[in-house]
Amino acid sequence: MTTLLEAKGISRAFGGVQALDNCSLTVEKGSITGLIGPNGSGKTTLFNVITGYVKPDQGTVSFAGEDVTGARPNEIFSKGVGRTFQLTRIFGRMTVLENMLVATQREESWLKGLTRSMSSAEEVSAALEMLEFVGIAKLAKLQAGSLSYGQRKLLELAYVLIADPDVILLDEPPAGGVNLTLINEIASKIRLLNKEQGKTFLVVEHNMEFVMNLCDSVTVMNQGHTLTSGTPSEVRSDKRVLDAYLGGGDEEEN
Amino acid sequence: MLTKSRLVWVGLFALLALFPLVVTTPTWTSIIMFALLYMAITTSWNMFSGYSGYVALGAACFFGTGAYTVALLAKHWNVPASGDLFWLIPLGGILAMIVALPIGLIALRVRRHTFVVITIAIFFVFQLSAINASFTGGTAGLQLPFIPWSFQDFNLPFYYLAFAMVVVATLLSAWVRQTRFGLQLMAIRDDEDRALGLGVKVWAVKLSGFVMSAFVIGCAGGLYAIYQGQIYPQFVFNPLFDISVALMAFLGGFGTLAGPLLGAFVLETMQLWLTENYSSGSLYLIIFGALFLIVIIFMPQGVVVYVKDRVTKREDRERSLLAQNEVQIAGGSQ
Repeated sequence: MTTLLEAKGISRAFGGVQALDNCSLTVEKGSITGLIGPNGSGKTTLFNVITGYVKPDQGTVSFAGEDVTGARPNEIFSKGVGRTFQLTRIFGRMTVLENMLVATQREESWLKGLTRSMSSAEEVSAALEMLEFVGIAKLAKLQAGSLSYGQRKLLELAYVLIADPDVILLDEPPAGGVNLTLINEIASKIRLLNKEQGKTFLVVEHNMEFVMNLCDSVTVMNQGHTLTSGTPSEVRSDKRVLDAYLGGGDEEEN
Repeated sequence: MLTKSRLVWVGLFALLALFPLVVTTPTWTSIIMFALLYMAITTSWNMFSGYSGYVALGAACFFGTGAYTVALLAKHWNVPASGDLFWLIPLGGILAMIVALPIGLIALRVRRHTFVVITIAIFFVFQLSAINASFTGGTAGLQLPFIPWSFQDFNLPFYYLAFAMVVVATLLSAWVRQTRFGLQLMAIRDDEDRALGLGVKVWAVKLSGFVMSAFVIGCAGGLYAIYQGQIYPQFVFNPLFDISVALMAFLGGFGTLAGPLLGAFVLETMQLWLTENYSSGSLYLIIFGALFLIVIIFMPQGVVVYVKDRVTKREDRERSLLAQNEVQIAGGSQ
């Protein structure tokens, strides 16, 4: 396997808080990689650094062998890194279909946007197909803001997928009161895309069961450090991981 | 394709085009001419601010720039007092766009309330410059050549030029709305960071939208200058102008196509009519206040959206569809 996405020695402080301290993470092409850790361990900050929303103080991010450290979010997206947000972010006052269309222009120049119509027939049918895939095609004409929380999760997943990124970063896909059926639904979609289309995923989650069932490899974070990486079973038996989750992490540092 | 709604649009525009042929009273052609001017301005303002959610309170910067451009060029190029003056109007629009570029570069770095405040601050820079600079004539303002047309027909060319501006602004706004560019503006309105993460070049989109919206407003300023025959800094750079434009758009329907047209037509006509008929110039302010309270309480998205929702019963339909689909997702894999 080849490395698709790599973050090396990432550090980032917010004021006096060292949110990330020398974090490293690799995502192999075609894998489903999990990123777990207790609340506040820096998972989302690391996501933000990788996708360009936060600039690192130190360290490098590379994607497909190219250094993308400090690039803007739209540049990183157009290279092929898509992401969802922990607190789902959709375009509330646009229709579900329009939400999908925003994402279908990965490498288009902005000037072209002035002269072309909002959508072509192919884009609409591709968008509807993707909505069908996640199971909300019937809602295509509704305002996205009227969707329920679970439906928004599915929409966000759908419009990240339609841009056909090479690696998809999912920030807590089942978080926030989504029912169990939907969690399984999302997990099965991820597995399907991974198997059939060879999509690479990086999934942040602290539901251990979800991650252990889904991922090929897991990286564990605690208090801004990357603790360890390995297969789910290796990680599960690692004493440091148990300590981190049960709150014993501090002693090691002394 | 001639759909029902397009027929309504064409019909309403035809009514406006025929109006001065039927009602020839100069008082009324002047009132509706001003209403048309504001319709063009508000529609153009809405094309950026309404679609992108960046509420700019600096439309007067463009309006005043257009007015001063036409007045100064007429003076320095010795343009004769005739219809030739009208050729200067597009130059007013172009200069407004040139001025919009640095304003956008400064103001569009920040969002929401901060953006509003910065546009107001920039507006006062313009007003103070116009009052204090020497080439603008200071508080004495500038005189334009007075066109010696007959009193009865004087309004007509201005009326049809203002009408043409409304048509241009409306077509531009309608066109932007159905392009990918318009979709991106609306994505920026809803969640700018998310749009950025989906590859939208938000900086380029915002700046070009802002600059485009300045053109018609600058042209309107130029037309106003020729019509009045003289301009003063406190009237062409007027903070009330900024607020009126925003309120007209909000009243009719912020971010919609028809809303700014409706809001500007109703408010400007009403204001001028009241000022004409009741010498107390502040009566219209009281009526405006009451009107805005009613609209904001009962139809916060503006008249156009309110009526449309009532007609199509959209909310009910959405609720039932959502509920159906929710059951399907929950029951799907059990």
